Amino acid sequence: MSAVTAEHAHDDHHDDHAHGPEKGWLRWIITTNHKDIGTMYLVFALAMFFVGGAMAMIIRAELFEPGLQFVDPQFFNSMTTMHALVMVFGAVMPAFVGLANWMIPMMIGAPDMALPRMNNMSFWMLVAGILLIASTLFMEGGAPAGGWTLYPPLVLQTGKALPFAIFAVHLLGVSSIMGAINIIATILNMRAPAMTLMKMPLFVWTWLITGFLLIAIMPVFAGSVTMLLTDKFFHTSFFDAAGGGDPVLYQHIFWFFGHPEVYVMILPTFGVASTIIPVFARKPLFGYSSMVYATAAIAFLSFIVWAHHMFTVGLPIAGELYFMYATMLIAIPTGVKVFNWTATMWKGSMTFETPMLFSIAFVVLFTLGGFTGLMMSVAPVDFQYHDTYFIVAHFHYTLVPASVFILMAAGYYWLPKWTGHMYNEKIGQLHFWLSTISVNILFFPQHFLGLAGMPRRIPDYAIQFADWNMISSIGGFIFGASQLLFLWIVIDTIKGGTGEKVSDEVWEDAHKHGLEWTLPSPPPYHTFTTPPAVIPSDH
Amino acid sequence: MSTSNTTYYIPHKATWPVMATAGLMTMLAGFANYLNGSAIGSTLMVLGLSIFIVMLAGWFTLQSKESESGMYNHGVGISYRMGMMWFIFSEIMFFAVFFGALWYTRNLSVPWLGGEGAKGVTKELLWPAFNAVWPTNGPASVGGHFEPMGAFGLPLLNTLLLLTSGVTCTWAHHGLIAKNRTQLIQGLAATVALGFLFVICQAIEYHEAYTEMGLTLGSGIYGSTFFMLTGFHGFHVCVGAIILSVVLFRSWRGHFSPENHFAFEAAAWYWHFVDVVWLGLFIFVYLM
Repeated sequence: MSAVTAEHAHDDHHDDHAHGPEKGWLRWIITTNHKDIGTMYLVFALAMFFVGGAMAMIIRAELFEPGLQFVDPQFFNSMTTMHALVMVFGAVMPAFVGLANWMIPMMIGAPDMALPRMNNMSFWMLVAGILLIASTLFMEGGAPAGGWTLYPPLVLQTGKALPFAIFAVHLLGVSSIMGAINIIATILNMRAPAMTLMKMPLFVWTWLITGFLLIAIMPVFAGSVTMLLTDKFFHTSFFDAAGGGDPVLYQHIFWFFGHPEVYVMILPTFGVASTIIPVFARKPLFGYSSMVYATAAIAFLSFIVWAHHMFTVGLPIAGELYFMYATMLIAIPTGVKVFNWTATMWKGSMTFETPMLFSIAFVVLFTLGGFTGLMMSVAPVDFQYHDTYFIVAHFHYTLVPASVFILMAAGYYWLPKWTGHMYNEKIGQLHFWLSTISVNILFFPQHFLGLAGMPRRIPDYAIQFADWNMISSIGGFIFGASQLLFLWIVIDTIKGGTGEKVSDEVWEDAHKHGLEWTLPSPPPYHTFTTPPAVIPSDH
Repeated sequence: MSTSNTTYYIPHKATWPVMATAGLMTMLAGFANYLNGSAIGSTLMVLGLSIFIVMLAGWFTLQSKESESGMYNHGVGISYRMGMMWFIFSEIMFFAVFFGALWYTRNLSVPWLGGEGAKGVTKELLWPAFNAVWPTNGPASVGGHFEPMGAFGLPLLNTLLLLTSGVTCTWAHHGLIAKNRTQLIQGLAATVALGFLFVICQAIEYHEAYTEMGLTLGSGIYGSTFFMLTGFHGFHVCVGAIILSVVLFRSWRGHFSPENHFAFEAAAWYWHFVDVVWLGLFIFVYLM
């Protein structure tokens, strides 16, 4: 009966929603559709994943053996800098915004994003920003080579690239802020009436909180690079002690942005993991409300721990102590999450399709990355590890087998919904095992290198670091090559996959876990033009 | 089923956002080229700015036409208001960076340079003669001798101008709600006039600083924080006054009703935000 009513309402009021996509290539330029824009974000992110990955391959090739083999040191430093910028701002963040675009309206029963035109603009601003930063590779003096943190005074020695890099940051900031505003307005204003806040899927919750983080921090990054610009070109002295400024001021401002920024990349990761694990454990998520509170607690703590990135810069002792203890607190809400994921799987009737495999690997390997973070939160101990390969190993564990693995999991989990086709499970599992084994060969030895004293961001190293570097590089090459399997799977699935037509819910009983599984696979161009009356609340 | 999103307006295509991106990117690429001393820089900047201005005019016209034809329901209005609120929040964070820089240098790093705390040795070794008193242009007296900007005089006058403009803006809002068209238009016109008057006063203040007081953007950390904070604020006043001018024009065309006037509200919020930032500036930059 209610379905009939909904259909009737549709006929009466929604002929303007009956539009399909524009014809031809113009569709992608001027689209306001959340699914189109989500697709563009995801495709762009995947492309940048391979661009940033190619840079990583150059880094690992150079480090395969001691001595200078392939590239000159300046270019090597450009590669470490650009690899980070491209992966953070071009791959991981846009990929999560893409998922948000595709999934949030479908998860909360909304017809589209709240501000569709701005949605289009935030995507194109992203492309513009990445184009500007990529153009610096071809400039006199090379791309920025002072590290992605852009610390002065070193970064002020950059050649013609400096203003381009700074304006790229501005554009990426504008893009992120607009994207975040849109996501927040969508979640707060566009939910189906039955979708109360504490019934929202955790992916939606984590993005709501991430959106807040983004709006709070991107202007801070924009402000800090603006001061770099004026110090370089307009005679200001913000970061110059001779004029009464302080280079450490930059580090404070940068990490006030930078620390919440790493949570921007990990909170949506948590959200996707909390979405996938219950489906394949065939149990409701354990501790739903504690997951929400833990996410909020992590977000709050992320604003008051920034100087743990600066333990060796010469902070007052009170600062060292405060930032050490505050940082340790983060382990508590994070521990709550790891416990809840494990408890969700406990006694579940689990199956191990590719999305679940990646999610389980995430829980294990992210925990490992979290533990090394806890090690470095101890200030006197950090003096030993600071700026060594140990920190490289730490944050790569929290980014690659965490954020990137979960993005892969999300791809496998939702590709059948997006395309209506099933991916090749065998190749998916092969991709998983190759990735998981090689990512550990790649990053685990870097812990040893760091503890033994190998500094980060160097193209050459002392002879005693040779063995582990070679092993790490071999892992890196296998990991890089394995990702081509993912590219093949994505293309293959779009073109028809296994040829088997997937059902609406794709995964067994998935309709209990999210509204998106009540829609056809693939979903029509416009969904939920009338809000759904009943929503799943399996938690 | 009369919920907010059953009739939520979803546009089917958007051409202005791409143009906005093209304009902004051209402008910034031009600026970067200009800073690198490339001849094409200023041309690109003008081109980008022109594209951007055409885009603004086009997009605003489209929005007001859609609004006037009743395409935006209550739900759309809430989205717009949320958008504006969060945008202003991002602006607050942007200003917080520069206030933070001022606080940090004044209270921490300049005293350290003067030998306070555990950093005393640095001073003895590097700058034994440095007397760390705010305002300062640092141990190397970067930019040479300068006089700091006093609070009373033009800055105080500017404070009064902006506070009054906040009142006239609210008075206009009351006029709009009471359907008093004369009050609306007079209030808005006064607000815009006071806003531009503020900008003129600040221009005079800057001129004095540069020509008579030796105070420039290059006057060490005092000059840096002073001009960056007041400069970005002045830029925001200009933007706010332009937004209010558009709202004034639309009021004159009879666009707003007591129920439907998001553009007015957004402009008023923005204006009050600019106002509050100025109070912060007056206290922390000029008075203290």
